[in-house]
Amino acid sequence: MLIVSEIAIILTYYENLKHDLRTTMTIDVTFLKSIPYFTVMNTVELEAIKSLFSEKMVQRGEVIILEGNLSDTLFFVAAGAVKVFKTSAQGKEQILSIARPGEALNDVPIFDGGANPISAQALGSVILYSIKKDKLQSLMQQYPKIAINTSKVLAGRMRQLVALVEDLSFRHVLGRVTKILLEHAGDGTAANDHLTQQEMAAMAGTAREVVARSLKLLEEQGHIRLERHRIVITDKKSLEEIVEDSG
Amino acid sequence: MVEMPSINQEKCNRCGLCISVCACRAIILVNNRVTIIETADCHWCTVCEAVCPTGALTCSFEIIIEEE
Repeated sequence: MLIVSEIAIILTYYENLKHDLRTTMTIDVTFLKSIPYFTVMNTVELEAIKSLFSEKMVQRGEVIILEGNLSDTLFFVAAGAVKVFKTSAQGKEQILSIARPGEALNDVPIFDGGANPISAQALGSVILYSIKKDKLQSLMQQYPKIAINTSKVLAGRMRQLVALVEDLSFRHVLGRVTKILLEHAGDGTAANDHLTQQEMAAMAGTAREVVARSLKLLEEQGHIRLERHRIVITDKKSLEEIVEDSG
Repeated sequence: MVEMPSINQEKCNRCGLCISVCACRAIILVNNRVTIIETADCHWCTVCEAVCPTGALTCSFEIIIEEE
């Protein structure tokens, strides 16, 4: 069994290791090249600019970006996954996307100078690469091809958000998700269908985030109950009415 | 037996995102294979499925109608 002093030594070692990781990690040029902004840069160019970037490690649950705040630094996910979301005045959360390695978290406020429109939170241990706004702007003037790539990234994000807004705005998505639940429901006695949220999204022609929101809404309204790996329909009649109304 | 998320090794690209987000540490790497261990601590948050870029990791739901 470990005695207290040994535990203290281990904790100190772990804290030092975390500190070292935060301060001594070097920027990986191969990874920089995989970031959509910089895919057009060659290795020599990336070697020349890598000193403009910093690396930072954040832990699970840490808020990286807070909605409403100003940003002077652009963050890219280098390792791990980050939840990008908005929170309503009532505290309800809507996930907009999951940012994976290579994706930028806050390019909108960096380019328009306004406040962060979203919040971002680490889903596990995450490594971030960052670059100051003024350094990025100088880079874009020096290498216009970065600006062209950036516009492609922003256009792609606009397309994704427009699709999400469309789905969240129209009630028929809730009807489609509800219909899927009714079509695949069993009585729990025999082998029943099993569906993932991703599969339900593909069936309903929507995003996984919209399915998650629809299920949460149906639970709040008392029509279903979400258990560990079960969706229990508690009010079949109401669900049938939702399907009818959305048709 | 505790029901757990499942992994399709053929689709898995071993990026490790699921391992990094799993709060109950049920997803680990064994001999370079993403492996899921049974634990009652898994609350079916489905974050592992959400972050998986290849659709290899799935958390399925059984849909049942409660008897009145």
